[in-house]
Amino acid sequence: MNDEIIVSDSELIEPAVTHADVRRSEWLMIIAEAWRMRRTKIGVAIFGGIVLLAVIGPWIAPYSPTEFVAPPYSAPAPTAMWLGSDYIGHDVLTRVLYGGRTVILLALAATVIGLGLGVTLGLITGYARRWIDESVMRILDVVLAFPQIVLTLLFVSVLGPRLWLIVLMVGISHAPRIARVARAATLEVAQRDFVRAAEAFGVPRRKILFNEILPSITSPLLVEFGLRLTYSIGLIAALSFLGFGMQPPAADWGLMINENRLGIVIQPWPVFVPVLLIGILTIATNLIADGLGRALIGIERDTGVG
Amino acid sequence: MPPLLKLILIRIGLGILTLFLVSVVVFAATQALPGDTARAILGKEAANVARYEALREQLGLNQPVAQQYVSWLGGVVVGDFGNSLVQKEPVTQLLARRVANSFVLVAIAALLSIPLSLLLGSITALRRDGKFDISVSIGSLSLAALPEFVTGIILILLFATQVFTWLPAVSHVDPTVPIFEQLDLFILPAITLTLAVAPYITRILRASTIEVLESEYVMMARLKGLPERLVLNRHAVPNALAPAIQVTALNLAWLAGGVVVVEFLFAFPGIGSLLVDSVANRDMPMVQAICLIIAAVYVLANLTADILTILVSPRLRTGLR
Amino acid sequence: METVSAAGPTKSPEPEVVLNVEGLRIVLDPSGLDIDDDVTLVIRRGEVLGLVGESASGKTTVATSLLDYQRRGAKIAGGRVEIDGKDILSMRPAALRTIRGGAISYVPQDSSAALNPALRIELQLMEILEVHGFGASSAEREARVAQMMAEVVLPSDKAFLRRYPHQLSGGQQQRVAIAMAFANRPKVIVLDEPTTALDVTTQAHVLDTVRDLTKSYGVAALYVTHDLAVVSNLADRIAVMYAGRVIETGTRDELFAAGCHPYTRKLLASIPDITGERALRGIPGWAPRPGKRPTGCAFTPRCDWAVDRCHEEFPPVEEPSAGRRVRCWRWKEVRAQAADLDIHLRDKSLSARGAEETTVISVRDVTAFYQRKEILHGITTSLSERRCLSLVGESGSGKTTLARCIAGLHPHKIVGDIDFGGKALSRDARDRPRATRQAIQYIFQSPYSSLNPRKTIGQILSQPLRVFFDLSRDEMEGRMEKVLEQVALDSSLLSRYPDQLSGGERQRVAIARGLAAEPTVLICDEVTSWLDVSVQAAVIELLAALQRDMGLSMLFVTHNLALVRSIAQEVAVMNEGRIVEYGLVDAVLDDPQADYTKKLLSDTPTV
Repeated sequence: MNDEIIVSDSELIEPAVTHADVRRSEWLMIIAEAWRMRRTKIGVAIFGGIVLLAVIGPWIAPYSPTEFVAPPYSAPAPTAMWLGSDYIGHDVLTRVLYGGRTVILLALAATVIGLGLGVTLGLITGYARRWIDESVMRILDVVLAFPQIVLTLLFVSVLGPRLWLIVLMVGISHAPRIARVARAATLEVAQRDFVRAAEAFGVPRRKILFNEILPSITSPLLVEFGLRLTYSIGLIAALSFLGFGMQPPAADWGLMINENRLGIVIQPWPVFVPVLLIGILTIATNLIADGLGRALIGIERDTGVG
Repeated sequence: MPPLLKLILIRIGLGILTLFLVSVVVFAATQALPGDTARAILGKEAANVARYEALREQLGLNQPVAQQYVSWLGGVVVGDFGNSLVQKEPVTQLLARRVANSFVLVAIAALLSIPLSLLLGSITALRRDGKFDISVSIGSLSLAALPEFVTGIILILLFATQVFTWLPAVSHVDPTVPIFEQLDLFILPAITLTLAVAPYITRILRASTIEVLESEYVMMARLKGLPERLVLNRHAVPNALAPAIQVTALNLAWLAGGVVVVEFLFAFPGIGSLLVDSVANRDMPMVQAICLIIAAVYVLANLTADILTILVSPRLRTGLR
Repeated sequence: METVSAAGPTKSPEPEVVLNVEGLRIVLDPSGLDIDDDVTLVIRRGEVLGLVGESASGKTTVATSLLDYQRRGAKIAGGRVEIDGKDILSMRPAALRTIRGGAISYVPQDSSAALNPALRIELQLMEILEVHGFGASSAEREARVAQMMAEVVLPSDKAFLRRYPHQLSGGQQQRVAIAMAFANRPKVIVLDEPTTALDVTTQAHVLDTVRDLTKSYGVAALYVTHDLAVVSNLADRIAVMYAGRVIETGTRDELFAAGCHPYTRKLLASIPDITGERALRGIPGWAPRPGKRPTGCAFTPRCDWAVDRCHEEFPPVEEPSAGRRVRCWRWKEVRAQAADLDIHLRDKSLSARGAEETTVISVRDVTAFYQRKEILHGITTSLSERRCLSLVGESGSGKTTLARCIAGLHPHKIVGDIDFGGKALSRDARDRPRATRQAIQYIFQSPYSSLNPRKTIGQILSQPLRVFFDLSRDEMEGRMEKVLEQVALDSSLLSRYPDQLSGGERQRVAIARGLAAEPTVLICDEVTSWLDVSVQAAVIELLAALQRDMGLSMLFVTHNLALVRSIAQEVAVMNEGRIVEYGLVDAVLDDPQADYTKKLLSDTPTV
């Protein structure tokens, strides 16, 4: 409670900066600290590489993704058909080069939606009156009760496999999970005296939320963004794999994996390559998220800021 | 009423409330169907007005929404989910076997992942920053990132196709033969699920074990001259228990949803693959039933985690906030 | 030790040395920066050595080193720790385990964290006996536990022993820790600030217990603390640490009468004097942390006696007399300076009553709640213009609650009237008119929590300016510089972030922020509790000067009765939600009427 007597003796905390040092902003410090780690560099390199591939893929593809170039499941032929043909006779390499855009774009969109919703809800519930907090959390609990993919499938069964629906539902299913993180961070910050000082001055609640509280919770949210992006990629690829994302004859990595599974023993490439790409993409985003997470912990420890 | 009982009853009450709201969501979602169920069932025959009206009457579609919900809920509570639009048979009958199969699958995955994670989590915490810790950390990071169907396909590629051809790639579980004689069909899906869940549990167990090992009371135990074995078993473990239970239960709850993609990948006859088929076929009663079941499992797992945590923490047990 | 009897002084043979620490060096791991260096301590049987230091002195790391233990992040890099002649730093683990809890034991600072929350206290008490092979049967051990509990004045019935740590109060937890430490009748006991988190009254009890037990069992004790007042009543000898080195050692009387090191003397001068004779004098600046310590003597930047040599070389150990050690180039001159030149007599006119007293804030029959519980019961008091009223009490007394009610920061039910300038105040500060919000300013207790770490000092200071005034950019800068000057800070700090400032500087910024609003009432809520004694003195000096020069009406909340004289004219002593005594500072402290006030005075440690 209020009347506690606590005296601190923070001997082992070594402050990172003093008057003499120049202090950069918190974000830059975390990014710089994360960059120092090898794992972050690897993650960024891989992520960058795959995004580049997805973006320029269509321009360097040898054929059109819907063109029939050979009999189904033909073996690779160097220079003409590097990866062979797929279950229906399209060039696998071309489809691979075309197939990344959707996944990455949709995953980004879903993550941004989830973050926007989740952070807003988290801020509000963390700083509002008790009854608002309780009722919103109950509602979020309901959304949380559904595994993300199940919630999406529920609405897909009703409205059909629309891309906008998938992005929306994945984003909505992220929101309560992000909201929990944002709420916890907000609760912790809201009880600090500088928030109370602003209240005593009479600064309106909304301004306090955005000027005092939000900047203090951006660091854990940065980490959360990386994590959620990883899950988004996985979910959207999975939905395409299940047949509810992009529809044939569109080129999409998730779809390709499903389309070509039956021939996996004869022609593994149309399955293997997309699997590999999705796999290392998610590992890359997770490496970045992990690097950011460690940087955050390190900086909190050094400056006593958090 | 003892504070402990009160605490538990409140938790249970909240769980029931959540389930109730979940049922509302499931029902409401299906109300968003463009066109209507009767038309979907009859297809072309919907042109026959008499039959169409009769079916609407039969399905209760003329009643107000709230009433429809109540009668639906009434059915659900006694286990009557209606008839499948695809198979024209009671949903409950069609689900029974599938639920059992999925249950066994999840149970096997749980039995594999819990001991594995406990072991890895505690060893890496004790031998922190060593070679073993670092390799496990990289492994966990990678496996945690991979979508479960990617892990599954890699396993197929490794074990069922090119490299080794030991295990069946596709599981055709024979409904006439008891499960235990067909366990080899469970192996790949179960391993996939384990590899999807274990990394998370391991990482969190490691973190909470480290937190306990660096606590003031563990330091105090050492300063009292206690042998390390006693420090770990008597002082560290009881405090690591609560977070361990929490994270294990929560991650196992995830499995309720994880089965969807994995069962589809391996053509395993469980409720996950059935859900995918039902969604593709717009078999609404089936979709409703499966979603409800999965959500209920999730809520139940969370509830169990909460209650076990309370029982294991003396502070919470004695009612202190 | 000398004893004086009717026949004249006789010198009894000195008790043997039990603990001998030589050249102890502890460094940060992995950077290797030193936390402590060249630490040498000697303690004899039955003697209490007080290890005194403020933050960044390194005293806490020394404590656990005596049991050859360091937390993660630090390691022992050299030196010897000898108990009864055996160096424990070079012992094998098995031998070390017999020593820990056996020949040498440890009392932690915070028993609420050091007692295992998942185990009953009975088990935690028994195990230290079991592990060191005490008693042939568990019945014997149980009997011993009962005895231990009686020694620390705790119940020894089964019901109490079966409790979990969280079911005990802070004082009780600490006494359990003390019981555990004395269980095996150790030769040496290390007490690591064991009363820091406790109330003055509880602290007094615990200190009595420690004193009695060390004397009865002839234990050599190391008492680590930042509070010289506490140690002056308990320790036979004192070692003062600064920036990781022991800079002076001597008997308690020697040090208090004529310290040889400038820091020791300044430290003594910064201890609040409850008798009101001595004025508070702080030490400007702050202690350097590991890695930031200059070559030469670390105290140089803050030292009045510094000469060139002090910047270049760290002074070696010198022995002015037997058992006395000091590390200062100019110790002879320091010692020669008469003690009373350190002491500035307090200007007693500060507490004198002014001619007129208009009431600025009046509190009538106020009862405040926290959720369902009533925590303030019918408080009636008032604050006069240009006066400072101090609210004094222990934790739970309601002093902060009352301050918050007046400030509009108590978001729970309040019954009664609080008026400002004759007009009723709204319960919530946000409902108050702007002029009122501006006039009443609140300074928070923790300098680490009251400044937004994501904002620069300039942005923090500009907040009240933007809310209350309509200023141009230049005008704002001008005001910020002015207000920083008022708190003796340089305007270059405007572009810094809070974590680049020391605790004392941050608190000054918090005060500056309050002043920027141009208030008439300043409410200071335990504003120095988180600060070192020497820094505290400087901040109190500042506040007293500001209050006087700016004619502020001030409400000063504190748990430290000794501070009151240095800043307030009137005092209200609070206990359990009520005001038990109220009056002029001199009157109440020199001649207390209420029993509680008397008790509080007697329990407050003085030098």
